[in-house]
Amino acid sequence: MKLELQGITKTFGPLVANDHIDLVVEPGEIHALLGENGAGKSTLMNVLYGLYVPDEGRILVDDAPVTFAGPGDAMAAGIGMVHQHFMLVPVFTVAENVVLGHEPVRGAGLIDLPEARRRVKEISDRFGFHVDPDAYIEDLPVGVQQRVEIIKALSRQAEVLILDEPTAVLTPQETDELIGIMRQLKESGTSIVFITHKLREVRAVADRITVIRRGKVVGTAQPSSTETELASMMVGRSVDLGVDRSVAVPGEVTVQVRNLTVIDQAGVRQIDDVSFDVARGEIVAIAGVQGNGQTELTEVVLGLQAPVAGSVTLDGVELVGRSVRDVLHAGVGFVPEDRSTDGVIADFSIAENLILDLHRYEPFARGVALRPAAVRENAEKRIAEFDVRTGSIDAHASTLSGGNQQKVVLAREMSRPLRLLIASQPTRGLDVGSIEFVHTRIVQERDNGTPVIIVSTELDEVLALADRILVMYRGRIVGDVPGGTDRDVLGLMMAGVPLDDAVRQAAEHRTTLGVADLEAAAPGAPPAPPAPPTAPTSPTAPTMPDQEEL
Amino acid sequence: MSSPTPVPLPDAQVPPPGQTGVAEPADRSDGGRRILHEMLTSSWLVSVLAVVLALILGGVLIAAADTAVQAAAGYFFSRPGDLLSAAWTAVSEAYAALFAGAVYDPRAEELSRAVRPFTETLTVATPLILAGLGLGIGFRAGLFNIGAQGQIILGGIFAGYIGFTFDLPPVLHLLLCVIGAALGGALWAGIAGVLKARTGAHEVIVTIMLNNIAVYLVAYLLSLNAFQRPGSNNPVSPPIPDTAVYPLLLGSGFRLHAGFLVAIAAAVFAWWLMERSTIGFRFRAVGSNPHAARTAGISVNAAYVWVMLTAGAFAGLAGSAQVLGTERVLTAGVAASYGFDAITVALLGRSKPLGTVLAGILFGALRAGGVVMQARTGTPIDIVLVVQSLIVLFIAAPPLVRSVFRLPSPDTPRAPKPVVPVTAKEVTA
Repeated sequence: MKLELQGITKTFGPLVANDHIDLVVEPGEIHALLGENGAGKSTLMNVLYGLYVPDEGRILVDDAPVTFAGPGDAMAAGIGMVHQHFMLVPVFTVAENVVLGHEPVRGAGLIDLPEARRRVKEISDRFGFHVDPDAYIEDLPVGVQQRVEIIKALSRQAEVLILDEPTAVLTPQETDELIGIMRQLKESGTSIVFITHKLREVRAVADRITVIRRGKVVGTAQPSSTETELASMMVGRSVDLGVDRSVAVPGEVTVQVRNLTVIDQAGVRQIDDVSFDVARGEIVAIAGVQGNGQTELTEVVLGLQAPVAGSVTLDGVELVGRSVRDVLHAGVGFVPEDRSTDGVIADFSIAENLILDLHRYEPFARGVALRPAAVRENAEKRIAEFDVRTGSIDAHASTLSGGNQQKVVLAREMSRPLRLLIASQPTRGLDVGSIEFVHTRIVQERDNGTPVIIVSTELDEVLALADRILVMYRGRIVGDVPGGTDRDVLGLMMAGVPLDDAVRQAAEHRTTLGVADLEAAAPGAPPAPPAPPTAPTSPTAPTMPDQEEL
Repeated sequence: MSSPTPVPLPDAQVPPPGQTGVAEPADRSDGGRRILHEMLTSSWLVSVLAVVLALILGGVLIAAADTAVQAAAGYFFSRPGDLLSAAWTAVSEAYAALFAGAVYDPRAEELSRAVRPFTETLTVATPLILAGLGLGIGFRAGLFNIGAQGQIILGGIFAGYIGFTFDLPPVLHLLLCVIGAALGGALWAGIAGVLKARTGAHEVIVTIMLNNIAVYLVAYLLSLNAFQRPGSNNPVSPPIPDTAVYPLLLGSGFRLHAGFLVAIAAAVFAWWLMERSTIGFRFRAVGSNPHAARTAGISVNAAYVWVMLTAGAFAGLAGSAQVLGTERVLTAGVAASYGFDAITVALLGRSKPLGTVLAGILFGALRAGGVVMQARTGTPIDIVLVVQSLIVLFIAAPPLVRSVFRLPSPDTPRAPKPVVPVTAKEVTA
């Protein structure tokens, strides 16, 4: 099936989300739609999927114009979509989810579950998905849930599959499997629209690349383009994808975490006997798939959660058992994982957001009276220093873009002398410019001699920042390896494979992205060397590739 | 590159709806908080239009209830003009009487009588303003305290008891009564605050129940000798001695008393507290986004307790205005329906002090004027209740008001957000 979008324009009030976008997806093609967050990719796909009615332009399927009043029409026309956030019912089985909304019935309106199972099995076998039709969604890993979404689309005879940021939640190995599935689907004639902002994946898998910036198509590219070229197209200026940083000079160890254990209300060990040290002037990254205890770990250190056992000391002072206020006052800077929920108050002004944790101290308060002049002065200084783009310090935080909100959080947390900086997902959802800025500031803080803990589920970020990497899996630290450790090894460890096995397995089977890393590290080298794995104990080969991804 | 006042660039970064990249209102899981947020953040215009709309619909009801209009409707098809003129007469006379009873009576012979209605309005507005200020502080802190009724009663009990039991010198006596009233209200509200902080019990349920308990508590107390007038079995307290009453502001011909000045001072204090103090900063932070507040080291539970104590103190002062000022006696009906009307007052005033004062005066005017309206035109005073209820309805449904007046919705994307111009180091590729 050939799919064509002609001159699609979609506006929201004064905002032009899509501006005369043309896109042709040939049959059996993997077409990547590359653009930053907010470039208009998702809007375009929602138009295609019938969720939005375009203001202008038309959609052609096999050269015949069609209109979609809703997703039902789009599905009927052979378009399937796998959303970034899965649309699955956790307490239903795979088969039930797949037929949801299209239930085969028999007799007096009973769902024909055997038929549903058969459909799942048939598709699963055809593509080697290994999905059990009777498994409950809530018991399945994210990668498998994603396959269920794909099965769901395929079971409705989708000929064009839209994958919206499909790799955001996957480990490198899962990503690799997904890439395999995409290639298989392509072989069988299904076209795929692959929405992403990750350059490396695009180059690995796409046949053709369309780059969107600020609602407009700014060009098409071939997968042979370099990452720098793609990044430049995406951002609209030349960018440097690496982080400028010197080698860490770790000082004395000032942060000690010992035997920390957290058990949640359901009795699950969210953190299981975790111990580690962080030294001054060192960035320690905690890598892991979302939900393996990283969030709880940072919350325990901050005092938001109480551990059942263990201790956290900063400069020899115990932090466990102290209030959040005391911990912050002891010099801990905290950049929360979810900035819109925990980082800023949307309907507070920028100036107020900049003093959230300091509002009761001099110079912002005298007794119980706030000193608006001091608050304003601080805000003017911080937004200049952190380059927060806003019309006014009195504007609500909700008027800021994600990147600027994050700068507000960083400005607040770094505006006092720190003894420890904890940053969770510091660049999630940010554009390239903001990512560069945030990374640079974090490295600067390290260079000032502050111990830094970064929690990130993005291996790219971990590799870009870390001097040392701790891998967390099911609440335990399964590896303590130097920065620049092989991506494949890290990926396997994130799936629970112990270090030695991970090194061996990574050597036996390199993932597409792992190969791309090696290529990036040695430009011009012959492709895909099965490669001796980087010995994880010595920071060798791709320690800090110049062309590291954003 | 680091200019402190960057200008927004023309090109918009394009946030697809649903993921605008900006913070969503704090707590989507908590429907109550979201509705509160919606009501408090819609514009002043919506408030004003809600009142206008309610008055228009009230007018329709006045016309429908008028006998002359009903008679004219009987021969509508032969002389339709009669119906319209009868309706106009009914509505205009009723609202004119309302105005005369609430603001300025042009029929009065002397100036002092002509302005008397307005002083009545202010008298009635006093407890509404005081209780409304307290509720507004709660609303802004994310607490839907609807227990002002009970808190007013407790304030009244404390003020009254100190007033008629002790014999103290003038100024000191009044001061103690007022402080007692604030404490009584604060204690009553504090129960809900502590329960919320300690156990998570929802403040709406707890304060409703505390209202009922307060109603029966005052009825019980008034059956005791300690609270009853000597030699009487009626549930009425002894009169408050002159040493403990709010002095009259305009002499004996007017009921307006110093409680109104307390209300104005309270409004100024509430403004300072919320806008200029670190305590109010925490209250607002907790109300807007408890998660971020907690992450910033603010104790959300402590804030809940303090918010309720503060709100209760204001409501308690409202009770003192009744017992020490308007009524000068403690009865079971000390709170009338002020505690509930104050909810509307606070919402209509967007929970801001100035708005609450204005809304309180409006409601005082409706109530004071309604009496005169009923006396002069026979229009039932219940119309006033209907108008008040309609105001609540329209404030609670800003989208309705907006669609009636074709106002733009604040949810549609606003002006393009300033782009994040790229600033970091550029390489010369």
